[in-house]
Amino acid sequence: MREEFAVKPKEGEPWDVVIIGSGPASLTAAIYTTRGAASTLILAGEKWGGQLMLTTQVDNYPGFPDGIQGPILMMAMRKQAVRFGAEFIEKDVEEVNFLSNPFELFVNRKKYLAKTVIIATGAKTRWLSVPGEERLLGRGVSSCAPCDAPLFKNKRVAVIGGGDSAMEEALVLVKYASSVTIIHRRNEFRASAAMQSRVKNNPKMKIIWDSAVKEIIGEQKLEKLKIWNLKTSQESEIEVDGVFVAIGHSPSTEIFKDKVDLDEKGYVKVFDHTKTSVEGVFVAGDVHDVNYRQAVTAAGFGCMAAFEVIRYLDKNTTVVKNS
Amino acid sequence: MATFSVEDHDFDEKVLKNKIPVLVDFWAPWCSPCRMAEPILEELSDEYENRVVIVKVNVDENKNSSSKYSVLSIPTTVLFKEGKEVGRQIGFAGKVAYENLIKKATVG
Repeated sequence: MREEFAVKPKEGEPWDVVIIGSGPASLTAAIYTTRGAASTLILAGEKWGGQLMLTTQVDNYPGFPDGIQGPILMMAMRKQAVRFGAEFIEKDVEEVNFLSNPFELFVNRKKYLAKTVIIATGAKTRWLSVPGEERLLGRGVSSCAPCDAPLFKNKRVAVIGGGDSAMEEALVLVKYASSVTIIHRRNEFRASAAMQSRVKNNPKMKIIWDSAVKEIIGEQKLEKLKIWNLKTSQESEIEVDGVFVAIGHSPSTEIFKDKVDLDEKGYVKVFDHTKTSVEGVFVAGDVHDVNYRQAVTAAGFGCMAAFEVIRYLDKNTTVVKNS
Repeated sequence: MATFSVEDHDFDEKVLKNKIPVLVDFWAPWCSPCRMAEPILEELSDEYENRVVIVKVNVDENKNSSSKYSVLSIPTTVLFKEGKEVGRQIGFAGKVAYENLIKKATVG
């Protein structure tokens, strides 16, 4: 059922808010802006839904006592945003102009106008950047266990990383693979206690501490990894059929370079919880959040940005009367 | 023309011996990015009718074809022209990426 509170702008007129991205931050913001009667356009990207589209069961999002599948959660959020009148376009933003008033956003040679913008583009997989990785991507190198795990039935795989997402990858893979070797550069995991104990209690899991991948080797497909111990500098090789990279994420901010202030790692610099260096351009979620990076915190940031958008619009909209 | 399924036994005939370039979508029902790609490939199969054929290979049921082409990540779309691989897209990357891939066999 659709319940719309805002009138969509006519051709050539600006949207009250354009939200770039389509993860929990974006869609939560859209639920609040549409219910706040702001006309809302979501430029979702061709790969919409964000990181949760690449997960299986999500057990830490409140309200789902038995867990929920990541993609199903995102489809539900999308439906909820659209229910209140958000326009959802599955296209990538190629360029932004934050110097003009209204702001301009370019999508496939089409220009959209916006009184305010929320940047909620999230973050993407950080790769190892070692020789062989790019060439063997999809030929044994992957970053999405829920997508690819069944293809490694009875095969040997490695997971690189030590956080929650590395544990999740390992736990998905262990259902199929004959062995899962986790390679981590430190001697302890960063992951939550719950995830760690599930990994450590599984007899098919092996852990190699203090080590990193130096090279990914294979002709047509992955054959082995060259790894080295960071403490002893000793090199060794392990034979695997798959390697899953889960060493973290980097913010998706390429199109915002020189448009808003970014920090040295590329995250959007945030002021006052939701604001960027440009007045009227707000930010929410993993694209600025280096600390928490959870679905629920992203959703919370989205809500906060939406509130500030509504306040900003109220303050800056002068009523124009037709003479 | 809509997309259609190809299996191990007719891969040679439907893909490699096809006079028209063939885009093969290696997929599985449990893979959510594959499901995102589905409507887009359907659209493209209409837009590029007579210039490219788009077929789907279920990797669970057709292990020979997927292992022959070293498909270890899905969705993987492989473009064949005159029986030879001329391009490959790993993962779902949106319509533009698929169009750029198709153009490798249809332009020039």
